[in-house]
Amino acid sequence: MAGIEVTALHKRYPDGTVAVEHVDLSIGHGELFVMLGPSGCGKTTTLRAIAGLERQTAGDIRIGDTLVNDLPPAERDIAMVFQFYALYPHLKTRDNLAFPLRAEGLPKPEVHERVNEAARLMRLGPLLDRRPRQLSGGEQQRVALARALVRRPRAFLMDEPLTNLDAELRADMRTEIKHLQGELGATMVYVTHDQVEAMSLGHRIAILNKGRVEQIGTPLEVYDRPASLFCAAFIGSPPMNLIEVEVADGELRGKGGLVLTPPPGLPRDGSLIAGVRPEALEVTAPGAERSVPARVVSAEWLGDEIIYVVDHGGERDVRVRMPPTVRFAADATVGLRHTGGTPAVYDVSTEELVA
Amino acid sequence: MAVSVDEAVSTGPARDHTPPARRFGGRGRSVLEVALLTVLAVVMLFPVLWMIETSIKENRDVYAIPAKLFDFTVTLEHYKDVFVAPDGGRSALSVSFLNSVVVAGASTVLATVLGVPAAWAYSRFAVKAKKDQLFFILSTRFMPPVVVVIPIFLMYRQVGLIDNKLGLILIYTAFNVPFTIWMMKGFVDEVPAEYEDAAMLDGYTRLQAFWRYTLPLLVPGIAATAVFALIFSWNEFVFATFLTSSDSVRTAPPAIAGLIGGTTTDWGLVAAASVVFALPVLVFAYLVRKHLIAGVTLGAVRR
Repeated sequence: MAGIEVTALHKRYPDGTVAVEHVDLSIGHGELFVMLGPSGCGKTTTLRAIAGLERQTAGDIRIGDTLVNDLPPAERDIAMVFQFYALYPHLKTRDNLAFPLRAEGLPKPEVHERVNEAARLMRLGPLLDRRPRQLSGGEQQRVALARALVRRPRAFLMDEPLTNLDAELRADMRTEIKHLQGELGATMVYVTHDQVEAMSLGHRIAILNKGRVEQIGTPLEVYDRPASLFCAAFIGSPPMNLIEVEVADGELRGKGGLVLTPPPGLPRDGSLIAGVRPEALEVTAPGAERSVPARVVSAEWLGDEIIYVVDHGGERDVRVRMPPTVRFAADATVGLRHTGGTPAVYDVSTEELVA
Repeated sequence: MAVSVDEAVSTGPARDHTPPARRFGGRGRSVLEVALLTVLAVVMLFPVLWMIETSIKENRDVYAIPAKLFDFTVTLEHYKDVFVAPDGGRSALSVSFLNSVVVAGASTVLATVLGVPAAWAYSRFAVKAKKDQLFFILSTRFMPPVVVVIPIFLMYRQVGLIDNKLGLILIYTAFNVPFTIWMMKGFVDEVPAEYEDAAMLDGYTRLQAFWRYTLPLLVPGIAATAVFALIFSWNEFVFATFLTSSDSVRTAPPAIAGLIGGTTTDWGLVAAASVVFALPVLVFAYLVRKHLIAGVTLGAVRR
């Protein structure tokens, strides 16, 4: 296993599209590193550049101590798992697993042993003599993972491996991948557009947008202090409320009169936006202490929680997460107040976190 | 909103599974369908049937008035005339059939060999102005080929390709390559690029990956495309007429057409030659019929 260093990566296609503007990543040995972002943000291109399937226009990629810029994929000693599994359709599971080993020219007994080991790890025993067509989506993806394992590569690259699975199976596979990564102590770079996957899997998450890294941090850091307005709007379901605020009398006051705790180091002037998580707000009876008057626009009853959309003094669509016991009818007049800690505050012009 | 399995799947008694045709109008409808289809088939196939009949009638019966539809003497004399000259040697027609085989076969092979890798490249790589290039390639098929007969004739005369099989092979290849690229690109698009990516990570070069993984998966598509190209080259008439003159180079379509005219026309021979001419394409189309349908309906199904 080895770490991966990506320095000043830039990728421009011949037709002029820039897929990756500038990406720096430092992925530790044995780390499960997630690249998260909307489609077209450059995460897959970055991954493919690491794999050697795309040649970057500029920048360096190191795997371990080796500069791999000019190495073909096969010589980089990495394994990749694809969204569409990419199992060879004409080969049985057993031969699909053995394939990369035979390509390497390993002796038969060793191939046999390694295939069995991978099959045991991914619990593929009964599937070994079937062809991909006879396997379900989840089974195919397990075979694809096993095929990545047999090589004992220096790093694993995962390109949205769970996207094609249904929700229940995806949750299972997530657990399985996390468990596997821990057991092998493998360096793993995982690309996804699904924030739940990113949050639950990643040791660290890189959020990419328009070919640039917006933020790198642990899931909690990324959730609590999104580094930019983009991250704030991207992470969380429902996402952060972005409320225009001004500083007055040592307080942070929203347009609709909502009072927030000001974070330390707040700049004196400039237009600011506060990012407030739905769970840091509370819908109360009208006139409660520190609350501002508001109206319930709609309520989503999710069973274990209720998401209220409220409107307070011109600031529409503020989302509030409440326990299912607190019930207000749509259109009811209520109070809205801030209960969480200090919010993240962004500068409107730079869209970056200022406090 | 989550929907449980019980909600999503009806557990009520299994519904009536009678096919719709039986439900509205009952058996009468299907009888009517069969009758209409039969009439249509007879109308469409009558010329073919007449051709086949004429090819096995004796000359006496061919010219009989009223025409003899059933009651005639069967003879294979005309078929013999197609292949054997009156003096016992090879007939001019048989030479033209052989020419057709050579020209159509070679141009199809060339178009496939050139077109399939090109289609792969257009499908897999980021190429500058790819859409414009593809449109340009397609645009060469917009005009009717007849339009360029004269310029091609003049150019061919300059380089000495007139009345030359190679000339026909080249021009048919030129018409088939754009078609091959377009049709094959659709097939290549259907094969996930991940196969090649995976093979490259497993230690193969890009070309090996294409050769070992993508190409075998493309065989049905190649078969369908090649049959279309073959049918085009086999049936082509205009260029064959203009660019060839001697019996030793001429392909079958102008040779058969040349049988008609003059003082008398041996309709039996024309019919027999036409049947022989139609057979290979029919056989090929039948062999790859599954892939032909796949080729025609391509793009209707997402992977």
